[in-house]
Amino acid sequence: MSLDTLHVEQVVQGIKSREFSIEEYISQIFERIEKVEPKINALVTLNKEEGLNRARRLDKKIREGKQSGPLAGVAFSIKDNICTKGMKTTCASKMLESYVPAYDATVIKRLMTADAIIIGKANLDEFAMGSTTEFSRYGPTRNPWDISRVSGGSSGGSAASVAALECTASLGSDTGGSVRCPASFCSAVGLKPTYGLVSRFGLVSYANSLEQIGPVGRTVSDVVSVLNVIAGSDENDHTTTTNDSKPTYLLKERNGLRVGLVTEFIKGADSAVSKVIYKAVDTLEKQDCNCEEVSLPSVQYALASYYTIATAEASSNLARYDNIRYGFDMNPEGYEWNSYFARARSNFGEEAKRRIIVGSYVLSSGYYGKYYMKAHQARSLLKHEMENLFQRYDVLIGPTMPILPFKIGERIDDPLKMYLVDIDTVVANLTGMPAISVPAGFAESLPVGLQIIADQFAEQTLLDVAYSFEQAAKVQRSPDL
Amino acid sequence: MTTIATKIGLEIHCQLTGVKSKLFCRCSSDYRGKAPNTNICPICAGLPGTLPLLNKKTVEFAAMISLALGCKLPDEIAFYRKNYFYPDLPKNFQLTQYNAYNITSIGVNGKLEYISSKDARIRRVQLEEDPGRLVYASGNMDTSVYVLIDYNRAGVPLVEIVTEPDFIDPKEVRMFLDKITSIIEHLEVCDTKLEGSVRCDANVSVDGGNKVEIKNISSFADVEKALRYEITRQRTMTSREIQVRSETRHWDDARKVTKESRTKEEEQDYRYFPEPDIPMVVLGSEFVSFIKQSMPELPDKRKERFMSDYGLSDHIAKVIIGNKELADFFESAIAVYLSPKEIANWIVTDLMSFIDERTKKEEEEEKEHSLFAGLKVGPEHIADLARLVDQNMINRATAKQILGQTVRTGEMPSALAKKMQANRIDDVSVLTQAVQSVFDMEQAAVQDARVNTNVANFLLGKVMKITKGKADPKIVLEMIQKKLKED
Repeated sequence: MSLDTLHVEQVVQGIKSREFSIEEYISQIFERIEKVEPKINALVTLNKEEGLNRARRLDKKIREGKQSGPLAGVAFSIKDNICTKGMKTTCASKMLESYVPAYDATVIKRLMTADAIIIGKANLDEFAMGSTTEFSRYGPTRNPWDISRVSGGSSGGSAASVAALECTASLGSDTGGSVRCPASFCSAVGLKPTYGLVSRFGLVSYANSLEQIGPVGRTVSDVVSVLNVIAGSDENDHTTTTNDSKPTYLLKERNGLRVGLVTEFIKGADSAVSKVIYKAVDTLEKQDCNCEEVSLPSVQYALASYYTIATAEASSNLARYDNIRYGFDMNPEGYEWNSYFARARSNFGEEAKRRIIVGSYVLSSGYYGKYYMKAHQARSLLKHEMENLFQRYDVLIGPTMPILPFKIGERIDDPLKMYLVDIDTVVANLTGMPAISVPAGFAESLPVGLQIIADQFAEQTLLDVAYSFEQAAKVQRSPDL
Repeated sequence: MTTIATKIGLEIHCQLTGVKSKLFCRCSSDYRGKAPNTNICPICAGLPGTLPLLNKKTVEFAAMISLALGCKLPDEIAFYRKNYFYPDLPKNFQLTQYNAYNITSIGVNGKLEYISSKDARIRRVQLEEDPGRLVYASGNMDTSVYVLIDYNRAGVPLVEIVTEPDFIDPKEVRMFLDKITSIIEHLEVCDTKLEGSVRCDANVSVDGGNKVEIKNISSFADVEKALRYEITRQRTMTSREIQVRSETRHWDDARKVTKESRTKEEEQDYRYFPEPDIPMVVLGSEFVSFIKQSMPELPDKRKERFMSDYGLSDHIAKVIIGNKELADFFESAIAVYLSPKEIANWIVTDLMSFIDERTKKEEEEEKEHSLFAGLKVGPEHIADLARLVDQNMINRATAKQILGQTVRTGEMPSALAKKMQANRIDDVSVLTQAVQSVFDMEQAAVQDARVNTNVANFLLGKVMKITKGKADPKIVLEMIQKKLKED
């Protein structure tokens, strides 16, 4: 029996009913990793020994009839910018190449309490800065559907490992689309929750006001199972909401919703992509959804606003990497501290450096009002416009990515061209609203994702639409490898 | 028209030692005396992935200080990142507050009367985190080849008080700092006796010249010295027609001079922007009235109360209020025995002279501790003494003598008085006999004494020796003088 193809609920049920043991399942996962990892490069650190030991301990717990957690045994990969106590957390950067956190992120604590198993840390663009996972110190993660193409990013390792059956679910982080983009490119389901729904404590900050940790799975059901474990307020993160300290989401179909197809999103997409999305609209309409095109004019400011705010915050967040308290081996002998800092910090990768420089620039005195303040005004405008639309629509939809997964190296030398692919995803980060990417179909044998956006904390509505669509569309998930 | 020759402005930092934990984490705010880098956690060490958690108590304390300094409080406050690289900053930015773009720190536009009819304007009061501490291997920046960093202090809550350049001489500054000390002591937000708990930077310009910043003044006591040195330096330059440069100078604690900063301080661009991880803190009128209600009595109010309730004079009340410890001592004493004026007099005139004497000694040793350190006297002693005097048990001269002993030994004045009474030779015939025998033995001196009155003291000494000091010298001297006239 092939256990690596099972979904979260199937794994949990199978273990509960003693159909198979956690050890058997985890062993198969590691066999799969051994087989496909050389092609995909989704994982930067493997947790094999401890993963298998934990599997045996959990098996024993279950044999003894003790209560097990809601994710008992489920194999996770964790994006390598989420702190795992005692396990290297590198952010795919030279700056943290040997960094071992002294504490677990809140989401990791919650997964552990739910009896999940971490099989390894997932590849990403350095400090989550990128849309392809090409800016990783460990090399690019390859798209399981065509290994000559990018997996998307920055949570490329998370989405690719899920699609390639190297784990059952994953945690990524989404600052401007970093969960949804690779989910779309790899035909997986990826959710960016409402800002404040999931604790960021232990997520290595890239742009604090924009990002959320989000689950990646092969089905909407997987995402719901994981979200139910990680969502909820946290005393270690003052930006988590206090309205509902422990929300629970249900998996249910719901028809007859009001759906707005965002004109700017669909018009800006490649025709191969938009064709698949129009088909998705048909599918939704067959489920009695009322779909109409709506305009979101402020989208024109979204990218500029996003890159201004994100780089500003990043330039400050990344200042702490001076190689004094942690980092890599570099002898300070003979350096005055300023030159030591400069020398050590020259080890950031090209994209991280680019964003530090841009961010420092937009915050410098005399430019703050011109760029940073303006970016926030655009952000408010966009939020206001979206809130108005949610008076009339339950969800807004469009393509997650305006283009199909492209060749590795194709855009790496043209940052502006690279940034443009984030146009559809950054909107949810700027407005704090939840958004999900669900597989919509294929064009030229490559996956296309449908993005669904809902109003703040309307995750249930979002998941209802995603699940209904998934049930009707029946899009293939993991490819043959 | 007279021109104001000297302009001084201050930037005061006081640690909120009255709170238990650091500004953004749960570590203890009491970092003193701990082994290096043991009073830290992932948050204050700035480890990747950590988020600041605002200690709400510090906001209350900073609000109290702001109100005490007559500042306006905004409806909500935010924290800002001040970005600069320095090895004592774990995150290479400091979380502080900022006044720009219609946002203000917790207190703005205040005013404090620090001596009668003299005000200093307070530009702002802001809440921020202390950095870590750099420890130079050889004890000095110039001669060390490496530096050690201790992050135990990193994240300790600080309140920064910035004044307008409203002081015209160092003496005014000293009085202002005394007032600030008394206020923060009364609010119980800062124990100013702890080393490094209050620090002060000053900026000074003379004759409309360039402004010079003096940093690194680690105690209030040195501010006056630093300013005097710097004013003299600037005046000397001006008199020689050398232009004073606008610069930052450091106070050299050991040599008591200001000196040029070794590292050239460039025009820094701190790239301030709001900290995204700390949501805006809403204050509002409800909060302000809550703070006003829960605020301890301020020194000015207390002084008024001392004058109206206890009939103390303005001068006496001012001296007592000048130091919270003294004022607390006074209130404890009158709780034991309610004779406020008598007790206040004993404290201000006699007890203070013992304190001053000890402080003088300390200044040579550069120590700072409690006002009463080394003196074995408590409020109950002064209360006891006042009662003895009030009830005419002892005269003032004896009382003074007794206080001198109490301060050294901690014995109760009433016990000392009893002892003295028991030992005293009251018997006139015994004293007469003693005087007579001295007159018999020292005939030459008696002759001299008739001409030179000072010699009477020599005779008194002889009598005291015979009586082993148990005679009342006042009575004996009267007897000697009487006898000299008689014979």
